[in-house]
Amino acid sequence: MSKLSPVLSAHWDEADSFTIAGYKRHGGYNALAKALKSTPDEVIALIKESGLRGRGGAGFPTGNKWSFIPQGDNKAHYLVVNADESEPGTCKDMPLLMANPHSLIEGIIIGSYAIRANHSFIYIRGEVVHVYRRVQKAIEDAYAAGLLGKNILGSGFDLELTLHAGAGAYICGEETALLDSLEGFRGQPRLRPPFPAIAGLYAMPTVVNNVESIASVPAIIEHGVEWFQAMGTEKSKGFTLYSLSGHVANPGQFEAPLGITLREILEMAGGIRAGHQLKFWTPGGSSTPMFTAEHLDVPLDYEGVSAAGSMLGTKALQIFDETTCVVRAVLRWVEFYKHESCGKCTPCREGTWWLVQMLRDLEAGKGTEADLEKLLDLCDNIAGRSFCALADGAVSPIISSLKYFRAEYIEHQTNGGCPFDPIASTLFETAGA
Amino acid sequence: MSTTMNFSDEQLAVMDTIIARYPKSRSAIMPLLHYVQSIDGYVTERGIEAIAAKLNLATAEVTAVSTFYTQYKSEPVGEYHVGICTNTLCAIMGGDAIYESVCDKLGIKNHETTADGKISLERIECNAACDYAPVVMVNWEFFDNQTPSSVNDLVDQVRSGNPPAPTRGPSKLPTWKENSAVLAGLSDGLADQGVSAGDPSLLGLRIAHEQGQK
Repeated sequence: MSKLSPVLSAHWDEADSFTIAGYKRHGGYNALAKALKSTPDEVIALIKESGLRGRGGAGFPTGNKWSFIPQGDNKAHYLVVNADESEPGTCKDMPLLMANPHSLIEGIIIGSYAIRANHSFIYIRGEVVHVYRRVQKAIEDAYAAGLLGKNILGSGFDLELTLHAGAGAYICGEETALLDSLEGFRGQPRLRPPFPAIAGLYAMPTVVNNVESIASVPAIIEHGVEWFQAMGTEKSKGFTLYSLSGHVANPGQFEAPLGITLREILEMAGGIRAGHQLKFWTPGGSSTPMFTAEHLDVPLDYEGVSAAGSMLGTKALQIFDETTCVVRAVLRWVEFYKHESCGKCTPCREGTWWLVQMLRDLEAGKGTEADLEKLLDLCDNIAGRSFCALADGAVSPIISSLKYFRAEYIEHQTNGGCPFDPIASTLFETAGA
Repeated sequence: MSTTMNFSDEQLAVMDTIIARYPKSRSAIMPLLHYVQSIDGYVTERGIEAIAAKLNLATAEVTAVSTFYTQYKSEPVGEYHVGICTNTLCAIMGGDAIYESVCDKLGIKNHETTADGKISLERIECNAACDYAPVVMVNWEFFDNQTPSSVNDLVDQVRSGNPPAPTRGPSKLPTWKENSAVLAGLSDGLADQGVSAGDPSLLGLRIAHEQGQK
């Protein structure tokens, strides 16, 4: 039996998978009709019972999030989809939206019905124009088919859906920064409480969900809770998209039950690129502490990865082989976090700046062993001291790389510079340096 | 006389349709900035003034938003914006080498534009296509699995006025201004062009099919 379970990706190999006709051919929008025959509370209960957890990184139970929205409060409610996929290594939502945008639209209509929202938003990163086009067309076609707008499928339920392009700011993937951005401000995280469920978009009760979480809802409604729970592990139910990238024979997307291991995925993908060995990898994007070959059999579910000292995150499996300088990799990630710091909190704004200075010196062989202690001390003064988790993400590759590769940092000092040849880790080793 | 007079009545009417999408008008700042870039190529002073007038905000408030987001440019951008991913994974797999080779070829650096106004160059962050690394974005369209020589050819074709089609995108590469209009929400009707998914996106699905047939 296959270790894979294509659901969201099941028809991506069809030339019209992104059209409403292609989606409906495989039962698309049947789940919506079914959901509209239930009460909103029944829909919330069903998603709660399924055990679906947020696929954007945090793993919070989706049904619980929905149930936090106060009912009968005579306020506008909003569902906002976070399609600002920007965490380095993360590349699941963009192919999903390019090939199957209607799964998201259907999930949004169901989710909005459940939380009693009559206007919902998709906040999509701006640097992916063709993905924007596909989602925009899907929305237009859903309106034309009576699936959005007034009195959807004769149910009496009304929903407007607005697509909103970001403009190149990683921080807007943080849900409260996203809301500020959507309101027309600089994207800076808010102090919580109040949480978005109480005061979110325009200070109204708001649910913010990841693309993949919402796109998974129609399949759960259509096939049922038991079908969903038959996949995955005890506390991490269902299927999810794993994105394999880097020094592997064949990179790509793998939709599988939660709990699959990197060893199993690598076996299917043809392993590490020929003639090389695994050195380090991230389980869920650059902000999740790195793993090494000793973690090949860690179950890739929320609990398994956490027990091994990292986070499942976005299931972005970035693979690096022995040609890669870990100091260079970490420096580049930390430069990213410095660049993307919104500047609101001092530990992050100033701290990432200092981290980059120290790492640049270390990479150039100008650091000392004492600098490693200073670096860890800095990390200790940065992590957990800001409004959001951006700076926590910046220190995570530093701390984890020092845990596994401290000797390599020292080697830069004894060698008077980086001991690696950067051309050896490119995919075109023979090209001129 | 209001500075918004600089924009045509038709353009001002488009701004109104953008504002109408939102329960609160201020939310329209971002699509309006994309729209200004679709007309002027970058965020001009007259664009800031027009948005401020439309939304009843101070120009400083609009500028504050515009300068926060890297996709909004305060200087004129070339007809083709070439973004080379130099975040960790792409950089290591070849993005750094691609960036250096393009700088050498064009004689420009990060955030600069060629004298003929054709090409702007930018080191970009992760663009959510890591299974296609190294990735280059031209006018924010995907050019997957690039090498220094493929980008060399790409730049030559762009300069000769015959840019190649993106790997996953429309059949013909739109200009910077045209794609800025799309991001403002103005449909160009090209959604149905291009593949559903590239090969890496389909890898797991194909393996699942093979395993199911065994």
